[in-house]
Amino acid sequence: MKIPATKYPVERFTLDNGLRVVLTPDRSAPVVGVAVVYDVGIRSEPEGRTGFAHLFEHLMFQGSENLEKLAHFRYVQGAGGSFNGSTHLDYTDYFEVLPAGALERALFLEADRMRGPRLTEENLRNQVDVVKEEIRVNVLNRPYGGFPWLKLPPVMFETFPNAHDGYGSFTDLESATVDDAAEFFRKYYASGNATLAVAGDFDVTVATQLIERHFGDVPARPKPELPGFDEPGLSAERRESYVDKLAPLPAIAAGWRVPDPIADFAGYLPYVVLAEVLTDGDASRLVERLVQRDRIVTSVGGYIGFMGDEYQVRNPTALLLQAHMPPGGDAGKVLRVVDEELDRLATGGLTPGELTRTQARMATHLLRDTDAVLGRALPMAVLELQRGRPELLNELPRLVGEVTEAQIVAAAAALRPENRATVEVVPGANQ
Amino acid sequence: MTHTLPDLVPDSKIKLPKQAERTLSNGLTVIAVRRPAVPLIELRLQVPFGRAPLARATLLSQALFTGTSTMSSIDIAAQLQTVGGGLSAGLDPDRLLISGNALASGLERTLEILAGILTDPTYPAEEVGIERDRLVDHIQVALSQPSHLAREALLKRMYGRHPYALQTPEAEQVKGVRPGQLRAMHADRVHPGGAVLVLVGDLNPDKAIDAAEKALSDWTGAGRDASVPATPALEPGPLVLVDRPGSVQSSLRMALPAVPRTHPDHAALQLANLVFGGYFSSRWVENIREDKGYTYGPHTAIEHLVGGSALVVAAEVATEVTGPALLETLYELGKIASLPPGEDELEQARRYALGTLRLSMSTQAGLAGLASIYASFGLRLDYLTEYSAALSAATREQVAEAAAKYLAPAKAVSVVLGDAEKIEPQLTALTSVEREDS
Repeated sequence: MKIPATKYPVERFTLDNGLRVVLTPDRSAPVVGVAVVYDVGIRSEPEGRTGFAHLFEHLMFQGSENLEKLAHFRYVQGAGGSFNGSTHLDYTDYFEVLPAGALERALFLEADRMRGPRLTEENLRNQVDVVKEEIRVNVLNRPYGGFPWLKLPPVMFETFPNAHDGYGSFTDLESATVDDAAEFFRKYYASGNATLAVAGDFDVTVATQLIERHFGDVPARPKPELPGFDEPGLSAERRESYVDKLAPLPAIAAGWRVPDPIADFAGYLPYVVLAEVLTDGDASRLVERLVQRDRIVTSVGGYIGFMGDEYQVRNPTALLLQAHMPPGGDAGKVLRVVDEELDRLATGGLTPGELTRTQARMATHLLRDTDAVLGRALPMAVLELQRGRPELLNELPRLVGEVTEAQIVAAAAALRPENRATVEVVPGANQ
Repeated sequence: MTHTLPDLVPDSKIKLPKQAERTLSNGLTVIAVRRPAVPLIELRLQVPFGRAPLARATLLSQALFTGTSTMSSIDIAAQLQTVGGGLSAGLDPDRLLISGNALASGLERTLEILAGILTDPTYPAEEVGIERDRLVDHIQVALSQPSHLAREALLKRMYGRHPYALQTPEAEQVKGVRPGQLRAMHADRVHPGGAVLVLVGDLNPDKAIDAAEKALSDWTGAGRDASVPATPALEPGPLVLVDRPGSVQSSLRMALPAVPRTHPDHAALQLANLVFGGYFSSRWVENIREDKGYTYGPHTAIEHLVGGSALVVAAEVATEVTGPALLETLYELGKIASLPPGEDELEQARRYALGTLRLSMSTQAGLAGLASIYASFGLRLDYLTEYSAALSAATREQVAEAAAKYLAPAKAVSVVLGDAEKIEPQLTALTSVEREDS
């Protein structure tokens, strides 16, 4: 089966204030997606201020130069659109999807907060409360909260940027001040530290004029130097466990460092494919072995990047496997079988058709994501920010399809017990 | 330089995609919709499954792809993957729903594999045993999640003895299901009569229906009566308090009456719901999140099932402000039921409703979901045009009337799951409360 590709056009330019812009028009539906991405994330937040990048994301919705509190939400939704933002390890994104006729409004709203959010004590306290409720919903009040994205990094990494809790401690969140927020904005939210991508139903000439009109006078500020977050990989196996008092059943997650996703994309991509060979669907290696044959896990998943954003993460990152086990499940046994399967792959190679069918399914997933305007605007904004290559989105199905058996085998051989970090959930409910 | 909010360019008329529909001789209705933006197809097949015995039907949905006389579960997955495809199945109170997608060039092959699953399933004992154990574990995990427990308690309170009251089977019942029972249920209920297949994507609608006809012609059976009785009217009463000791949040749930999509009040009710709490820029969300910081993601929605519709209100709130959060919720419901909405907030809600309809039609997966869900209610995609017109036409008076009729807090049934010792005094200050131990 031939792997098809998309041919979304890509126009790029940079404004005088340094804002990098990507336009990708497509008139198949009367909607537009607008994404603004800033080159700051969880890894950049200062010690003593865990969770600050995410808290600051909330503050970017609390009003800006020409907009009262609540106005942003009302103007997007009152135009028939939806909005959101999200904080990742290496970037923070803000986005809207709207009927095509609301494009200029979305550009106005994003430009206004790029000039500066309204940072007030009242808004800060309100959003600290909201974020605490977010953490309670997603982490503290549910089983497997933060597993493994908050639980594995401290086992795997040594340095604060890579190891700390990106949702933040309540103590740190409560200590945050308006001055901290002003400084964070000044340092990281410069127009030259951001990209803007627009996807969907628009004319490139018109959109270009609108972008110049609204973003052109956003004052330029110095762009911060991008720190390197690399740290040495593991020299010996690490394994920890914790009791989750809400979890009824055991679970385990293991991670291995992988090549630099940006500096060594060709070396990195085989690991992305390997994760799917191992865990995508009932015919994948680990599902067949762990779930169907040995029946020692009830589900297993594999992916790269602690937030599942394999094409939008910088070094260092990891290939993760996570599995949920039946009552009394034995994490040690699961790890032994995973090692056995990796060995079998590294020594015996793939079965006929195994790689091509995995690549075909990966192509479907990639293409499906790009059908939505935000599925183009968001990744293209990040690809521009991190690589200067938004068109990579069009190329991914083909590049995934070009990964060879030899590369998969070599990647599997690199995932050794001695460079693995593991965290185990010990069930504490009904005990 | 000052910056002022730009005007919106008015929307063009809603344009429906090219589509075709045919009812095959075996009774299967096939709807095919063209959206060639990416070279893929989306597939949804729904089979009426109302009043099916819950434990068996749930396990059947989990074990549907365990094997045919010529393919093992691994063969099925591998052959689908070969054309970039994947299929999964789920159960809701009205239907068994098979969902999937594939590369556009894999449409025929995907339909062939689907046909094998529908006409020749074997439910092998070994694989069914695996799926049964997984389902039992899955249910155990669900029972540790506050959102699931609150939902269960609300359904029980809303529906009483109606079949919708129980939507997750008991683990003990699942353990007793045997493969032979799945084979019997499949033979008895998984029929093309009354079923609807939706295909959306980079396809020619007539040819896609031809392909479905060719692949699925051996699937036969008249289906059986899967009709569900109409849901009972909500019976207001004391708030049901479900204890979850140590919970750091309380799960607040309320159900209010609502009407089906085709009811003359529907558009006005949806607008009233939006103004109240159905989107971020609603009174309730602005109040309890953006003003008071009690909660992160409060939401409301009108939920439609074949037997009836209901409006459900949901928020996870900090334990210490459970009472105040209920107070604000009752206040906002009382306000919308008693006083007409402002012109501006109504127009804002109207534009949101109209705009998000367009967004929902802008992808293959979105169109497939809409076509499939509408078909459950005998509607087609042209309902989008009709609904848009109704949203545009609803007057402030009609919205106020709908709010008074359906959103009055006196008509709500309410459930709170949380640390009863801490929240019961807060709740009893506001309303009568009855305890139910989880």
